[in-house]
Amino acid sequence: MKSGRIYTAAMAVAEFTTPLDLEKIRADFPILARPVHGKRLVFLDSAASSQKPRQVIETLVDVYETSYANVHRGVYYLGARATERYEGARDIMAGFVNAGDRREVIFVREATEALNLVAYAYGRTFVGPGDAIVATEMEHHSNLVPWQFLAQQTGATLHYLRLTDDGSLDPDSQERLAAIENVKLVAVAHVSNSLGTINDIPALATWAHDRGAVLVVDGAQAAPHRPVDVQALGCDFYALSGHKMCGPGAGILWGRAELLEKMPPFLTGGEMIRTVSLEKTTWNDLPWKFEAGTPAIAESIALGAAAQYLQGIGMEAIEAHEHALTAYAYDVLDGISGVTQYGPKPPNRAGILSFNVGNVHPHDVAQVLDSEAIAVRAGHHCTQPLMRRFDLQATTRASVYLYNGRDDIDALALGIEKVKRTFSV
Amino acid sequence: MDDFYRENILDHYNNPRNHGHLEHPSAAAEGVNPLCGDELAVELEVHDGVVTDIRYSGRGCAISQAAASMLSDVVKGKPVDQLAQIGKEDVLEELGIPLSPIRLKCAMLSVGVLKVALSELTGEPLPPEWNDPSDGIEWKSA
Repeated sequence: MKSGRIYTAAMAVAEFTTPLDLEKIRADFPILARPVHGKRLVFLDSAASSQKPRQVIETLVDVYETSYANVHRGVYYLGARATERYEGARDIMAGFVNAGDRREVIFVREATEALNLVAYAYGRTFVGPGDAIVATEMEHHSNLVPWQFLAQQTGATLHYLRLTDDGSLDPDSQERLAAIENVKLVAVAHVSNSLGTINDIPALATWAHDRGAVLVVDGAQAAPHRPVDVQALGCDFYALSGHKMCGPGAGILWGRAELLEKMPPFLTGGEMIRTVSLEKTTWNDLPWKFEAGTPAIAESIALGAAAQYLQGIGMEAIEAHEHALTAYAYDVLDGISGVTQYGPKPPNRAGILSFNVGNVHPHDVAQVLDSEAIAVRAGHHCTQPLMRRFDLQATTRASVYLYNGRDDIDALALGIEKVKRTFSV
Repeated sequence: MDDFYRENILDHYNNPRNHGHLEHPSAAAEGVNPLCGDELAVELEVHDGVVTDIRYSGRGCAISQAAASMLSDVVKGKPVDQLAQIGKEDVLEELGIPLSPIRLKCAMLSVGVLKVALSELTGEPLPPEWNDPSDGIEWKSA
């Protein structure tokens, strides 16, 4: 279609209504008020890491100014105060994923660490030679490499659920893998970071459990954007990254207590012990058995603040907002000639748009967009097998969050027109 | 920022000089930047110590491809013993734009590949600055 088209609300291709008060939300994020190259920042890379609201930034500062000391040790006032806030954040996170038991919430650095914890502590105990692991072709390297490594080290075999051309899990491939015996572990993303595919976790949980396997879910791209109820999902482990959900560098692993109980520790050292003699150590109770050393105290507390901030707005409302915005964005990109999009069509798609503009290399697309203060990701998005599946070297990825609006998508569309002019697409 | 894709860069990107392959190359090399997937191959034809022809091929961003095209113009017709002098500064001068560290690797892919091909031709070891494992670029003489 028409190059030079002006994207205005009047030309909206999809219905767009949102339950969010965008102006109020944007005012919470100081970075959004800072111009980039003298222009309004259009931040469309929250799938890589999200921006932070004042409430989270202030919590970090407040911890250090009023309540900081090491946790679980200090007899003194500040030690008790820090512990109270740290354990309070655990309760908040337990509520955020609807854990049945606060002992099932383990603070980690982010999802990568959470998945490695499962691969080491569960995988190297309960997966052995002749066993099978099933992952999918769409996984982020963080939910693929740990299983590849686990398979190599234990002599297990690793199988992949394949994708259809629209980037969904292929039911035929699930059928083909049904015959595989001794499946001990199935690993899958809740939402694909490259394509925005939303996987049916309850169905996959049934599929895994029917085979006697546990289901490990990488929730890094889902938990920031939609309500997560680990009990309703039926999975056995769920990993999330705080930095993608308005928080700092802390995340959680949720795991079923009965599994965590029978797993050995991941990292060993201080904090995770009960008694240590020169010969033998007994482990601390859950969840501290898996929290060796001094944790990221202020970051974990601020992660709780981030979860409360999102809950205050409402996860259902955030999901509805992104749902509408994604449909709008998909239609807008679809209307630009020379743009090829990848992944499922809305409505069955999360707020991640993956595309190419003609034959222009995504780095060049991102560079031109940056000149318009539009931040997008260009590259393979840590999903090289997925890129190969679609015979791609790389894509440009625009991802939305609660602070994005239709104006951001309109700016993206105008930016893409500039890319096309620059490279004569 | 708006000056990034200057006319000379776009001209070399859209109308690449010396693009393709030689029938009988005297030396050839390839380089891959696994971080962004940029690939570049160069082939040299040398007679009596002079680069009489050069071809490059590959795929990647405008910066990597334009830099290769510009470099091929510089190299063609030069005596081999003068090519050791060519370095990063020459490529930057040709491009004429400031580059972030990430984009610098795109720009330097072609000159790196040239250095590998020259090393194959002359038997001289690859200069250490082009053989730094930490930069992540994989070189291969063809």
